[in-house]
Amino acid sequence: MGMTMTQKILAAHANLDKVVAGQLIEADLDLVLGNDITSPVAIHEIEKMNVDGVFHKDKIALVMDHFVPNKDIKSAEHCKCVREFAAKNEVTNYFDVGQMGIEHALLPEKGLCIAGDCIIGADSHTCTYGALGAFSTGVGSTDMAAGMATGKAWFKVPSAIKVELIGKPSEYISGKDVILHLIGEIGVDGALYRSLEFCGEGVKSLSMDDRLCICNMAIEAGAKNGIFPVDDITLDYIKEHSDREPKVYEVDADAEYDETILIDLSTLKSTVAYPHLPENTKTIDEVEDIAIDQVVIGSCTNGRFEDLETAAKIIKGKKVAKNVRCIIIPGTQNIYLQAMEAGFIRDFIEAGAIVSTPTCGPCLGGYMGILASGEKCVSTTNRNFVGRMGAVDSEIYLASPAVAAASALTGKISGPAEV
Amino acid sequence: MNMKAAQGTVFRFGDNIDTDVIIPARYLNSSDPKELATHCMEDIDKTFVDKVHEGDIIVADKNFGCGSSREHAPIAIKAAGVSCVIAKTFARIFYRNAINIGLPIIECEEAANDIKAGDEVKVDFDSGLITNISNGNTYQGQAFPEFMQKIIASEGLVNYINNK
Repeated sequence: MGMTMTQKILAAHANLDKVVAGQLIEADLDLVLGNDITSPVAIHEIEKMNVDGVFHKDKIALVMDHFVPNKDIKSAEHCKCVREFAAKNEVTNYFDVGQMGIEHALLPEKGLCIAGDCIIGADSHTCTYGALGAFSTGVGSTDMAAGMATGKAWFKVPSAIKVELIGKPSEYISGKDVILHLIGEIGVDGALYRSLEFCGEGVKSLSMDDRLCICNMAIEAGAKNGIFPVDDITLDYIKEHSDREPKVYEVDADAEYDETILIDLSTLKSTVAYPHLPENTKTIDEVEDIAIDQVVIGSCTNGRFEDLETAAKIIKGKKVAKNVRCIIIPGTQNIYLQAMEAGFIRDFIEAGAIVSTPTCGPCLGGYMGILASGEKCVSTTNRNFVGRMGAVDSEIYLASPAVAAASALTGKISGPAEV
Repeated sequence: MNMKAAQGTVFRFGDNIDTDVIIPARYLNSSDPKELATHCMEDIDKTFVDKVHEGDIIVADKNFGCGSSREHAPIAIKAAGVSCVIAKTFARIFYRNAINIGLPIIECEEAANDIKAGDEVKVDFDSGLITNISNGNTYQGQAFPEFMQKIIASEGLVNYINNK
């Protein structure tokens, strides 16, 4: 019996010829990631360990993105703690205000995640980098501390669900619709402890931004990781962003999967996840009249260039509906600059939207767009749990940038065809 | 290796209890366990922190701890005094984090189906046996492997690594 793509990467990093699902292994890490919320806890832990510094100053990434620029004194103290740790240990990839971006938008852009890598991050959306053909998974701060100290982590080798993609998506159907559709099918624990391995001829019609968005939300189905096969789109992306040589692992022809799910991209419609779980999906034609108070376009899920391009295409020359606050957050400084050069920032501001510096802020109810009691928001972020973006009785409807942009114009949940 | 058994009164929760309700992100500008504990479960049960006593037990249904990787979630539960979380299933990052910080957790569908709020429950970690003292029923959960018992007994992975 052969191995899945995930299993092959794990075997190689554990110096084993073969691994099987359920096996406990210790793997070498190519990158250990943390942010301004999880790193201080990890730093506190690593300081209690009998170790001398970090395992490799180039293989750690510390990104200040959740409450940055700092929203209050406590979050400023957290960043100060990480800043001092990075300086003391000469961490190469420390990203602070001015260089920072939302971690999972930033690290691929910086070429720090490439095909064949084994990556852990103290952030649940670390699974994003599977889009580049890497094994990448979220852990907690203590695992991050152990990873920073030793360069290793233990894993239980996962089994996998095969997600076969066929067909070509129609206009305005993006990676977000693919992953929301999938989570709607299998549920928020449908892939618990397992890999989601994407494959099929449909892959080639998905851009790198689509794939990053899809893998980003693998965790919302409970998955350990999501992963795409490496093709020319991946290799071109890596060549453009990294000096490192990618290592391409292909799934064995006789690899065993727990189950196979078929998705015909050509049949997908714009998909919206209702409160308070990402699995509560409806297609746009099933959505009733729901008036909204706020729209957020951004986050590690949908703050990339193509997301802003789609939003700009819909918003340009029109006006954000009265009583709707439209908050647009480019994922990185570079995306911000690209969007500016393409004229999107002007389009957004002229329409009555605001454009913020990169931050995770509103996605997790940190700051920069907190909802009051009873308010409703269409958001391109990844979670719509109770109280996630503010008051416990506020509501988040997860959707693609196209739906979010259209909804900002109409003031109710709308598809791009309605504007 | 004998880990101390847990015993306490049960607080009952349903499916998909996510880390945002366990400890809302608006409190993540702190990493102090005592401070986090004062907001534990706040967005799903405002009275939880006032009612919970040292040693009490949380029983939930499937996918407990889904969502973010914040270790603040098991830290808040532990610091609130909870001695064990029993659930049908746990989200994987929460599972790792709980073990790593020394919060005992155990998967047992049968227990989750039968145990009610307010029941007095005892968990023996060596055998995985869960006893409902209130109604006399017992349920077999998975026993902790020795290395996991050692991590929890050491109050977490860091001390375990240091003690090795």
